[in-house]
Amino acid sequence: MLLEIEDIHVHYGKIAALKGITASVDDGEIVTLIGANGAGKTTTLKTVSGLRNLSSGAIRFDGRDISRMPGHKRVLAGIGQAPEGRGIFPGMTVEENLLMGAYARKDDASKELAEAYELFPRLAERRTQAGGTMSGGEQQMLAIGRALMAKPKVLLLDEPSMGLAPMLVQQIFSIIVEINRRGTTVLLVEQNAQQALQIAHRAYVLETGRVVKSAPARDLLDDPQVRAAYLGGASGDDLAAAPDVASASSAASASDAPSAEPADDREEGSST
Amino acid sequence: MNLTKNGNGNGGLGQVRDRLSLDPLRDAWAGAPAAVRWIVYGLLIIGGLLLPSESIGSFMAPSGVDWPGMLSTQIAIYVLLAIGLNVVVGMAGLLDLGYVAFYAVGAYTMAIFATKYHWTFWESLVLAIAFSALAGVILGAPTLRLRGDYLAIVTLGFGEIVKRTANNSDYVNGPRGVQGIPHPPSLSEWEILGVQPLKYGLLDARPYYYLLLLFIIVSIIFVKRLERSRVGRAWASIREDEDAAELMGVPTFKFKLAAFAIGAAIGGSGGVVYASQQTSITPLNFEFIVSALILAGVVLGGSGNLPGVMLGAALLAWLPERFRELKDYRMLIFGAALVVMMIFRPEGLWPSRQRKAELAEGTGGMGSLGAEVAVPEHDGPGPVETREEGK
Repeated sequence: MLLEIEDIHVHYGKIAALKGITASVDDGEIVTLIGANGAGKTTTLKTVSGLRNLSSGAIRFDGRDISRMPGHKRVLAGIGQAPEGRGIFPGMTVEENLLMGAYARKDDASKELAEAYELFPRLAERRTQAGGTMSGGEQQMLAIGRALMAKPKVLLLDEPSMGLAPMLVQQIFSIIVEINRRGTTVLLVEQNAQQALQIAHRAYVLETGRVVKSAPARDLLDDPQVRAAYLGGASGDDLAAAPDVASASSAASASDAPSAEPADDREEGSST
Repeated sequence: MNLTKNGNGNGGLGQVRDRLSLDPLRDAWAGAPAAVRWIVYGLLIIGGLLLPSESIGSFMAPSGVDWPGMLSTQIAIYVLLAIGLNVVVGMAGLLDLGYVAFYAVGAYTMAIFATKYHWTFWESLVLAIAFSALAGVILGAPTLRLRGDYLAIVTLGFGEIVKRTANNSDYVNGPRGVQGIPHPPSLSEWEILGVQPLKYGLLDARPYYYLLLLFIIVSIIFVKRLERSRVGRAWASIREDEDAAELMGVPTFKFKLAAFAIGAAIGGSGGVVYASQQTSITPLNFEFIVSALILAGVVLGGSGNLPGVMLGAALLAWLPERFRELKDYRMLIFGAALVVMMIFRPEGLWPSRQRKAELAEGTGGMGSLGAEVAVPEHDGPGPVETREEGK
């Protein structure tokens, strides 16, 4: 296993946010954590990347115990994260943001910079624009591109679809698949469970700080309980907007027009 | 998307702000060849050297006021302190409300070692800078885990602690302070245009001004070099988003501590000159109002941009002195002027471009509490998009 999370507990003051999460990510996988607000998904990611301290339990990465390693050293160990809310440096240009991603590296990062521009052609167009002035989708691309600059072994993505239009969500998810295909392991936190389960190999369902289910992603897509709780399956009235998104995404995968752009990206990617 | 999207919706204000834009000047400067830049630097230094002259003083100071004295005891000191505070507030984005503490540490180190141990000015200077930097580390090590408002409150407390300690310590004569601090030894009797710039004494304030000018120039070079280095990039990333900076592999704690130490060292050097020019210091010289005024100068001028910060501090030191004839109204007008400034140019008189972009985004430094909250642009499957952070 590349990343092993072993019974971790995390507290905000006296309140327990994580009450014993155990999960693992194997080399080359896409693993997703799904769950409602407050389930502990973001806290789990922040604990893995070192922004939160754990009260007990252990995190092992690449065979090493990194539970007490400070966050900035975990980058060099091979953990990259695109944080929740994107965390773009608003006053830096797109290129400066990307180069910050390579801050920890001592070697030349021009190859990764070219790769990031190739993966996200939009960023190349906006090279000299201030990060804070870009749209939500562009910022998300920048956050992912920036995390890749450090050549991480595992990429942690925190709600990459948050606040994005359905078509952009499609594009971001196909890029995640492409990144994984090029050899980066992905740990994905999502509220958009439908989308996440479609691209992931395995999934964990979190509820109030605990793992309540873990299974191959395909199985969870058909799981009646999961469907009812997270996919807007059985009772749709409290999730009125969900069918729209579902139909939009199925339309996107069925018709050529909306998915043309991500498909282009993928072809460009495989040619290199 | 424009940079003033968070500004007010009033078109008239927007136009005023556009007209005050410094962008054409900035572009010209960015494109200027190195020779032109060096000429400008040279002219600025010559201007700085000529500043104490009487012809400038007759306009700058009201009649009967010693202009060189005002320059050295007020304006130049404030400018130097603002350069130091700018490292902490403007570059690393840490709100420090107790900056006067480091100024006091510098001044008291000078006072103690010169009067009790008869160290020379230059020896005391080196020691005072080291002590101030150490004070920065001592304050920073336990408190820099705090962010934003919390850090501001703790630094505010530290400023008070230093003052009270001096006030209650018999070793430094408590509230009476330290007297008889020696002037720096005169380096030479050399005279030019009626000034002996290297002869320090009670009668002429100009040599102190030149000494401070030297400190200011050295600090500018030092800070500018840092800004363009990896250290500067690390500070910028911490200022803009501390969590993201840590995720990029920036050892945020270490760099915040370095910012505190460097800012403190510059403040301490100002304290040394102040103590030796005044020859006596008391705890009353190190009130909170000094911290507040320096911070106001940094913000007013354009936090993060050195020329702006220096301009802001100089104006803040100069305006109340210049308009003394307004008597009691002058502080009222001064306060109103600050309020008007912040309405029309919240980013400061002369901000850096990067800073403007940060402020437009609403997350820029100075105690921002972390990443922005993304605004959902559509009704996604999660109807209530609150942040997990809130629990």
